[in-house]
Amino acid sequence: MMWETVATYAVAVCLIIGAIFSLVGSVGLLKFNDPMTRLHAPTKVGTVGIGALLLASMIHSYAIGHGALHELLIMGFLFVTAPISANFMAKVNIHRRDCDLPPPPPKDKTWSTMDVPAADREMAEQANP
Amino acid sequence: MMVAADMLQIALWIAFGAVATAQIMAMIRLVIGPHTGDRILALDTMVVNAIGLIVLLGIAQGTIIYFEVALIIAMLGFVSTVAYARFVLRGDIIE
Repeated sequence: MMWETVATYAVAVCLIIGAIFSLVGSVGLLKFNDPMTRLHAPTKVGTVGIGALLLASMIHSYAIGHGALHELLIMGFLFVTAPISANFMAKVNIHRRDCDLPPPPPKDKTWSTMDVPAADREMAEQANP
Repeated sequence: MMVAADMLQIALWIAFGAVATAQIMAMIRLVIGPHTGDRILALDTMVVNAIGLIVLLGIAQGTIIYFEVALIIAMLGFVSTVAYARFVLRGDIIE
């Protein structure tokens, strides 16, 4: 009896934490004013928000008698795929020039070619003549 | 014991209200979002919030039969986000 009471309180606390993080993430998604800044707010929903809700579901399944850890699969899948989709969305923002772009690189003839700068060539010749 | 059950009910209602409000806010960003990246991001957030609502429904009804639904929605949400982003980036999804 005592254990079930503690588990029920833990479920309630996890639910409140998840609800607060989901709400905060969506408020940030709505209020921020730059596409890259908006990208950062819903990560709270994807990690702590949904993680706390799934943890509450797991504890609740143990509290009502037939325990299961299945929700760990959803949690792991979301945690693994969140950075990949965030990277794709950042690439979309850069591709469409919707955000502040990094400064253009200085022009030279050697970057990303088979050619080597003259200073590096001299150093290589000094190292093994 | 009764007090703990009552507290769980109150927490469930608060969580339902908060996640539903978050879903509506993401929908507003989906409608007004000025850039394409914002719309993709809003759809991704809506998928995650939908998983949260389904998990809350499973807790409220005391069953675990909603687990498969949540898992399939998580997978479909990731694939659809990547498909949208690739379509914008490359003009094609599978090259």
